[in-house]
Parts: sequence; C-alpha cells; structure tokens
Amino acid sequence: MTGKLEQTLRQRIDGGGKCLVPYITGGYPGWVDSLRACAANGADAIEIGLPFSDPVMDGPVIQASSQVALDSGATPVSILHEIRTLDVGVPLVVMCYYNTVFHAGHERFAQDLVAAGVSAAIIPDLPLEESGDWCAAADKAGVETVMLAAPTAPDERLPRVTERARGFVYSVGLLGVTGERSSLSSTATALAARVKKVTTKPVLVGVGVSNAEQAVEASKVSDGVIMGAAVVRRMMEGGSEAVASFIKEVRTALDSSK
Amino acid sequence: MSVLVTPGSDGRFGEFGGRFVPETLVPACQELEAAFNDAWADPSFRKELDDVLREYAGRPSMLTECHNLSEQLGIRLILKREDLNHTGSHKINNVLGQALLAKRMGKKRIVAETGAGQHGVASATAAALFGLECKVYMGEVDVARQELNVFRMRLLGSDVEAVTSGSRTLKDAVNEAMRDWVATVESTHYCLGSVMGPHPYPYMVRQFHRVIGNEAFSQCNEMLGTNPDVVVACVGGGSNAMGIFSGFVDTNARLVGVEPAGGAAVTRGQPGVVHGMKSYLMQDEFGQVQEAHSISAGLDYPGVGPEHSYLASIGRAEYPTVTDDEVIEAFQLMARSEGIIPALECAHAMAWITREAHTMKGKTVLMNLSGRGDKDVGQMMNVLGGLK
Ligand SMILES: Cc1ncc(COP(=O)(O)O)c(C=O)c1O
Repeated sequence: MTGKLEQTLRQRIDGGGKCLVPYITGGYPGWVDSLRACAANGADAIEIGLPFSDPVMDGPVIQASSQVALDSGATPVSILHEIRTLDVGVPLVVMCYYNTVFHAGHERFAQDLVAAGVSAAIIPDLPLEESGDWCAAADKAGVETVMLAAPTAPDERLPRVTERARGFVYSVGLLGVTGERSSLSSTATALAARVKKVTTKPVLVGVGVSNAEQAVEASKVSDGVIMGAAVVRRMMEGGSEAVASFIKEVRTALDSSK
Repeated sequence: MSVLVTPGSDGRFGEFGGRFVPETLVPACQELEAAFNDAWADPSFRKELDDVLREYAGRPSMLTECHNLSEQLGIRLILKREDLNHTGSHKINNVLGQALLAKRMGKKRIVAETGAGQHGVASATAAALFGLECKVYMGEVDVARQELNVFRMRLLGSDVEAVTSGSRTLKDAVNEAMRDWVATVESTHYCLGSVMGPHPYPYMVRQFHRVIGNEAFSQCNEMLGTNPDVVVACVGGGSNAMGIFSGFVDTNARLVGVEPAGGAAVTRGQPGVVHGMKSYLMQDEFGQVQEAHSISAGLDYPGVGPEHSYLASIGRAEYPTVTDDEVIEAFQLMARSEGIIPALECAHAMAWITREAHTMKGKTVLMNLSGRGDKDVGQMMNVLGGLK
C-alpha cells in the first residue's frame, strides 16, 4: 500500500512538477514558525530533525542547530508532542539517529510517530543490513521508512535499497556530511540517474543541495530535492521570514523550470 | 569451543556489535572486512606484520614481576610491559596492522581519532614509516591536557585537528573522524584505535592485539608454570584489555576490565547504538549519549567495545570502576614502589588491584601495563603540585 508521503509526492510528480522537502531542526527556538513557513510557501513534505548528541552525518550548521535545540531542553518526546498539535497540511517526516529509535523501542517509537501524525522516518545511520527490525515495526504501524542510496553503492546494491524504501528514495548528493556547497556535486546527478533506472519510486536528491539553481539542476535527473543546511542556516540567521522567502524562491525556480 | 567469538558477516558478538553506519560507508566496511580476512589468512602478510612488530615495535614485550608491590599487597603481581613498545603503548600493535592493510588496499591516506594521543602518535608513526598521509582528530580538551603528544604527532608529520563539538573529548573525535571518512572514503582508510566502531573493526582490532595475550600466555606458563589467577586491564574502548583477555578467556583466569567511574559504560550504561556499534553506552532517558568524565583522556569515553559487552553479558568478564582519586594514588604508588611511571589509563588497573588486593591474598595477578606515563607527567604536575 502506498503511504501518505509517497501519495503526496506522486501528485506533484504526476502533475509534471518537482518535489521540495525542506529540513527543519526540531526544538530549535521558533522552529514551528519556520515549519509553517515551509508549508505555506510550497514544500511538499517537511523533514523534522530530532536533535541527537552525536550527529555523524551532519556538518557544522545542522550540528550547531541541534546543539542549540538540545541546550534549550528539546527531547524527542517534547518535539513529537509539539508535532501532534500542528496541522500544517503536508506530510511530516522525522529524521533521527538510530539510538533515539532503539532506546525508545521499535514498536513504541513507530506508534509515537503515528500518534504525532508523522508519516515517515529517515534514519541515516541504519543501513539496509541493520534495518530489518525497525522496518518491520514501521511497516506494521504504517510509518514509511525512507532509505538512503549512497554514491558508493555498487550497482548490485541499489535495487535492494530502493526495494526496501517507502515514501521516496533519498539519493545522497555527495560524499560527505550535510552542509552548503558552492556548486552541485557531479556525484549528485550521476547517482540520481542510476537510482532512477532501478526504481519507480520517487527519487529525491539531498545533502549539499544549497540554492534554487542547484535544486533545479538536481531535479533534472530526479523527482526533486531535500534541502537541509541551506534552510536551517536561514532559520538561524533570519527566522521564519528568511525561511519563507527562501522556500518560495526555490519553489518558483522549480516550477518555472518545468 | 572457544569463548572468543569470530563474528560472521553481521559483525555480532551475541547481541552486540553490528554495523550501524551511513549507507555511504557500508561498501567501505565490507571492502575492509574482505581485505582483512584475506590478509589475515595470507602468510606473507602475517610475516610482514610479525617482522615489523619485532624489528620496529620491539616485540615481544616482556613480563616484569613486581617484587615490592607484591610484598606490599600480599599478591604476586606481574606486569605485561606494553609500555616498552615503540611509541610507548599497546596501540602500535593495531596501527602497524592497519597501516599495512591500508597499503595493501591501495589507500594513501589514513585518519584517526585519539583521546590520550597514544593512538594518534602510533598512527602518525606508522604513517611516517609507510609513507601515508595522516590526519588525527583530537578533542580540544585532550589537546590541552596531552599537549606533548600533539607536538609528537606534528613532529612525525601528521596533521592534528582540535575538535570543538560536544564534550570535546574522545567521543567527539570519533564523530569527526567518521565525518572525514564519509567525505574521503575512496582514498582514505579510517584507522580506528580500539575494539569499537562498525564491523569489522572490533574483530580486526582484537586480532591485531591478540599478540599481547598470546605472548603473555606462553610467558606466564614459562614463568609460573601455570596461568595467572586474575588478569586485569583498563578499559576505554577496550583494545588492550581484549588483547590480553584473548590469551586467557579459555582458561580459568578471572578477567577484570577496569573502567573509570566517570566513563563506566558497563556499570552505568544500557545497550545503545553509537559510533557504528551496539554496545553498553552511557545515555540519558531519551537515548542522548552522556559525556564521560575521567582524569584519563584515553578512558574518557561513554561507550565500550561490543565484545566487552558480550563478555559482561555472559558473565565471563567483570567491569568494576575506580575513581580519579584512586587512580592518582595508584599512579604514584607504582612510580615509588617499582620505578615505573604508568600511563594514567593503566593506573586504573593498578588502582583496582590495590583496592581489592586484600580479597586476592596469595593469588597471581597479571596486569596489562598498556602504556608509559611520560605523556601524563605534565597533567599530573598540575594535579599534584610540586612534590616534596
Ligand atoms: C596507554 C593506554 N592504555 C589504554 C588506553 C585505552 O584504550 P583501550 O581501552 O582501547 O585499550 C589508551 C588510550 O588512549 C592508552 O593510551
């Protein structure tokens, strides 16, 4: 059965459009306003990061925002609690490191996501081989688990990753951690093209997609983009207004490149 | 059957271990696993490693019977002298193995994390010897308390980067080394410094340190005509302990891994996942990793290698803790009684032995003296002030 996240993305794709999924650090002061700004300005879904003490996939910007969130007392429980009260009208995806899930317990965490109205989860340090228990619990609860496809994956591995993916396939845009880069890595388009060949699921490029121009470029070979550090930096520097105008700018660029 | 586990491709020691890394690193871990298994089974690789361990690192390391402390404590205390290895600790065993492996895999660059700086110094040394580029990540707190080792690494031609995130100690140095590796995995080997991390590291690093236990086993039999009653080592990630335990896990010897009270993964932790492995981990009620606090930079770590979690869970080894104050006492006791200045890390093992000696009267206790204390003298000068 296709879940709500995939259905929503498919609507955009079937209409000839490209998907835009911004990332917001949960628990960062004012994060809910930024989340609403994303929803109101053209995000198809929103990724909410649950801050973790040891975010190995994240570069300086998201690390710093996570630390601020943790320092101001945010916990997975408090963030999910807050999500429950939101009605932003787009599917929400939680991004968290595996210990947050493991510590809560697979079944319980899946149920907590459902109770909070979250559609999907991305767990960047849970590769295919280790994902069985979580995926079983998530499938059962109706939580879509987005899988990451990496540039280092041999051809043989990609179909197994995309097969297990729900919602969309996260095509990792470069070798490295999250953060803005001056240009889109050639790895980004090369991998997205490889992934598109082996799956009919939506394929979104994330990590290193830094501005509207790069979003358009990445979307040429994929179904859209995830934008993290570029959004979070604006949230930290200029709050929800800066986020709103950035999302609007990217949305407009994606739409006019159709 | 041996208690020593040879993990399968799932990298498990019982329920512990595994490979919890970003997708980007999975192929690199698989490649490393295959390369290590191939090398380990290759007599020419083993000979090359044995030769460099002997001619360069100075193996075998000897046993020293501590007559003065034995008399004072009412036990028979024997030290395995890993402090006498080149670069001053056991860390060189693993690093020479991994550096040879990196070369065999065609990698030109290594990255390493370090706490006390001993693994960093060993890595910088091997990089100089084998012509590899080397970058070492070290928490800012440790850079300050182990500045001598920072200078040594730079002298050896390595780049040292102070890590300013999180607790600015070993845990954060591992995070930063992993971030580097995610970005450079095609050209770089991550030279991990303990029996931790994603599979195959806990297994591979243990195999490289088994030389400690193998030597100690035959040396003990030669010296004592039997096995020791108790084998004691300090535990940060747990590599020197796994090295010496591996020689005795199939004997009747009691195995004791001593953790600092402020970094007691087994005593105060619960199973968790960080740095690529499932193991005991100090964490809060939401699964956030807690910061460790220890006087010893090399043990200032909230986790522990998965094989130790396994040995603890089946009751084969025990993991008591000692306080910083007990360690400071033991550090001085060993210096004054035996003329040996131990590294602060293995002073933890000494501290436990001193405290528990009255329960082990007449027993033979083998302690792994994992490193020498030269690196700690500056820090201890500040702690103790001028001694009279
Ligand atoms: C001398 C010495 N012993 C022990 C350790 C702790 O490491 P492990 O527990 O892996 O042996 C260190 C780490 O820096 C060390 O320098």
